[in-house]
Amino acid sequence: MNKPVNLLMVGVGGQGIILASDIIALAAIKAGYDAKKNEIHGMSQRGGSVFSHIRYGEKIYSPVIPEGQTDILVSLEEMETLRWLKYTNKKTKIIYFKNEILPANVQEYPKGIEQAINKSFPNVYIIKPEELKEKISSPKYLNTVLCGFLSNFLNLSKGQWIAAIKDKVPKETYELNLQAFETGTKLKT
Amino acid sequence: MTTKQLLSGNEAIARGAYEAGATVGTGYPGTPSTEILENFVRYPDVYCEWSVNEKVALEVAIGASLAGARTLVTMKHVGVNVAADPLFTLSYIGIKGGLVIVSADDPDMHSSQNEQDNRHYALAAKIPMLEPADSQEAKEFTKLAFKLSEKYDTPVFIRSVTRLAHTNSIVSHSKPTNRPLPQGFERNIKKYVMIPAFARLRHLEVEKRLALIAKESNELSINQTEINDKKTGFITSGVNYHYLKEIYPEATILKLGMIYPLPVEKIKKFCKIMKRVIIVEDLDPFLETLIKAMGITNVQGKKLFPLTGELNPDIIRGSLSTNKSSPVSINIDIPNRPPALCPGCPHRQVFNVLKKLKLTVSGDIGCYTLGVLPPFSAMDTCIDMGASIGVAQGIEIASNRKKKNTVVAVLGDSTFAHSGITGLLNAAYNGRHSLIIVLDNGTTAMTGMQPNPSSGETISGNPTIQIDYHKLGESMGLDQDNIREVNAYKEDEIEKNITKLLTSEKLSLLVIKGLCVIFKTRRIKQLKKGK
Ligand code: SF4
Repeated sequence: MNKPVNLLMVGVGGQGIILASDIIALAAIKAGYDAKKNEIHGMSQRGGSVFSHIRYGEKIYSPVIPEGQTDILVSLEEMETLRWLKYTNKKTKIIYFKNEILPANVQEYPKGIEQAINKSFPNVYIIKPEELKEKISSPKYLNTVLCGFLSNFLNLSKGQWIAAIKDKVPKETYELNLQAFETGTKLKT
Repeated sequence: MTTKQLLSGNEAIARGAYEAGATVGTGYPGTPSTEILENFVRYPDVYCEWSVNEKVALEVAIGASLAGARTLVTMKHVGVNVAADPLFTLSYIGIKGGLVIVSADDPDMHSSQNEQDNRHYALAAKIPMLEPADSQEAKEFTKLAFKLSEKYDTPVFIRSVTRLAHTNSIVSHSKPTNRPLPQGFERNIKKYVMIPAFARLRHLEVEKRLALIAKESNELSINQTEINDKKTGFITSGVNYHYLKEIYPEATILKLGMIYPLPVEKIKKFCKIMKRVIIVEDLDPFLETLIKAMGITNVQGKKLFPLTGELNPDIIRGSLSTNKSSPVSINIDIPNRPPALCPGCPHRQVFNVLKKLKLTVSGDIGCYTLGVLPPFSAMDTCIDMGASIGVAQGIEIASNRKKKNTVVAVLGDSTFAHSGITGLLNAAYNGRHSLIIVLDNGTTAMTGMQPNPSSGETISGNPTIQIDYHKLGESMGLDQDNIREVNAYKEDEIEKNITKLLTSEKLSLLVIKGLCVIFKTRRIKQLKKGK
């Protein structure tokens, strides 16, 4: 595999994209790849846009994904999906949570996003958090659901995912996180 | 346990200090440097402190080093401005235990008030500076920095940038060096007491040692060349090296690990065999200026690249060729999502009041800088830590004195301890009638909840003093009635007190108390877990 896998994960401050991206990068090193992960914190913690670049492959140089080269764009919020389009191309898989979080001081949520995304990208997967409510014990585990879903697209083994989750989540929540991961693997692709 | 881990640049610097046998760490939190000390404190037998500001952090570090301990000091780029006073003299006195200073720069100002290029501090203070490119190098360079520090009797800078600090990449661990027990301070006034007569002699030593380091830098393996074609060669350092390799995996590169002093011979040799040399660096033409000053003429730099913001693979590629990617575009306007005061923040009320009273607000650094944004739009200046108090006094002095005072200074508790107290003293001393409002949320929230002198605990969670605003104000001559504490949730009281104190024609200190909600939730969770 010469071309690195480029995953861009985006959302709103406080949604916890850091944990999910930690797990992915760690699973990749457990699979023997070189990996880099980059995010910006600071101001972004107060409800601003946040992002995490995850790259893995034989040898990774830049910690940021070059424009137009994202393989999978994962967004935990609907309109955030659009903010990062310069990193995508026609073939980019788009996975996003059907979540609407209004920015401070904005009254109306922009319309037509879903249709526009469906029209522009052939591979779009929408995850509806409220449909998952019965399947997982707490929305805290949505990030591990996401990891489970991503495992359908990434060349990492189940054992590597599980080992990474084990390393990253608190002991008490390990079982529940594993269940959430399983739920994610079974979502419709 | 595996010895290979994904570590951020910050975690790797902490690991490097530990492996180098450092036992003391000081600093003041500032993005993107904060996590270095937070990680360093977790290693066994290490003393760490959040000092009240960077100047004090460096001074404590100097003391620790002179008593023989290997010492790490961390701060963000603007923090070095605060520490600059002891810094330049530290360069003269040198060290005993290795002393490494991390300057974490923030090109593109992801969370800073300016994008200054701290490589100039290396040049101005005559202190060697290393710049790692990824986490593995961050660890190795930190160890090397301690070695060079002791070999040449000098403090050494590590320059980090946001992209290094917050990038995780693979690091392999080694065993920590056996730490020699500090032998304690030994008197040596010619070296440690910088009266002019002794300082003149020390300056000669500084120049001598810099020349020696410059010579060694030609042999240092961290300054490495990768030679492929001889038409175009690049000179670069830090993360920009990886951006270049991303675009041109086969490029000919001289990668500088030591960016001050420069390996002159190595650079001259490299430029001689290349037809053309391109210097890739963020912000200022630092390397470019120094390299051109060597009399080298076939180099180009900022003619091709922007002087502001941070570089990335796309900007580098765009500057060097016309090959562009064609991303997907969707034509829907989406609103910006700027950071804002948290919805439940107890200190929202005061900004409502300030807006309502139409006051001129001299603001400061931290969460409350966000008071400048809608819906509050209640802040008029923000310059640096603690500046709110001084600036308010200046406005008061120059404004028409017949009009009633409408200027207030607003700052957080950590900022007040950092450099607000001297501003308050200045106001008291010079008979100002300013109103200073401290928004005390019990923590240093903006950088991620570090304790400070208003929190009642230290970096290790040990109980300690809490600022007593009444005693402090009183000791500076404020009237007891002009020192008040109110509850952040009581908007009426806040308004009443501000109006009252503004008309009192005396210097006043209004402390508005309300625990940061994020901090509070975290605390409750910890308590439940029994920590
Ligand atoms: S982090 Fe704390 S202090 Fe800062 S805005 Fe949020 S609640 Fe307020």
